[in-house]
Amino acid sequence: MVDKVKLARQFIEAIPHARAINMQLTDIGDGRAEIQMPYDERLIGDPKTGVIHGGAVSAMMDTCCGAAVMSHPAAPAGTATIDLRIDYMRAATPGQTIRTSATCYHITRSVAFVRATATDDDADRPVATASGTFTVEPK
Amino acid sequence: MARTRPEPIQIVKQRRDAALNALVHGVPYIRFLGIEFDRRGDELTGILKFDDKLIGNPFLPAIHGGVTAAFLETTSIITLNWFYLWPDIESGAIDIEQMAAGNLPRLPKTIDFTVDYLRSGLPRDAYARATVSRAGRRYASVRVEAWQDNREKPFAQATGHFLMPPKTAVPGG
Repeated sequence: MVDKVKLARQFIEAIPHARAINMQLTDIGDGRAEIQMPYDERLIGDPKTGVIHGGAVSAMMDTCCGAAVMSHPAAPAGTATIDLRIDYMRAATPGQTIRTSATCYHITRSVAFVRATATDDDADRPVATASGTFTVEPK
Repeated sequence: MARTRPEPIQIVKQRRDAALNALVHGVPYIRFLGIEFDRRGDELTGILKFDDKLIGNPFLPAIHGGVTAAFLETTSIITLNWFYLWPDIESGAIDIEQMAAGNLPRLPKTIDFTVDYLRSGLPRDAYARATVSRAGRRYASVRVEAWQDNREKPFAQATGHFLMPPKTAVPGG
């Protein structure tokens, strides 16, 4: 049997920007996806504290949400972000890996609805949450 | 009553550019994406130089949606910081050398950011301009638009809310 996670991982890691910021797909299937991104000094947004820039978290959220849509059983042929809102709860602790988990909780013939949460080592206190809509490209 | 003589243009330009330079180039992530800012008086335009590492869809190819979001967010934050610090930059209340050495004043923090993707980002340079819709004592609201070839055809727009730092007296201000 073809390892779906392995295939999806290769697909995500073939995205130049995903590779540039070291995004790693750790799980995927049934409209859910998980991506992690190790701490990287190039992504610092606040040089005084070493906290990662919100933009890098956005990039990760967007990729993870898109992956969740693609893995939905309705199997869209492709997807693109229509809109994505990110709420920043707190600064991610410097030095820690950030993990995002996204769920495509509803899909129609044309639109997919997605939610995501990003955490660091303290998994009980989210760093950021996202909610967005994505296109569903016909097969 | 004699009007004070305006400062020489070089002094004014140098102070403004040094302040902007400290705000932008002090941030590793902005350098990583290669975002620069063009300044005309107090108006800023963000410039995202195209680079292969910004690609999200290698088949089209198109700029990664996350990069677009990061570009809009960076332009919003820099523009908000710029207007927040502008009076102190102009009056000379801010020590620009301290800023250049990495001692930035406390800056606004993002509360939320919502991006609308209008068309796919082509593999070429992109530009963005942000407008501070409201800058209150505690919260600020910012709108931003990004375009490529045609200013009238933005490829993404966004709005964001920001938490303003507690206003403390600027030393020597």
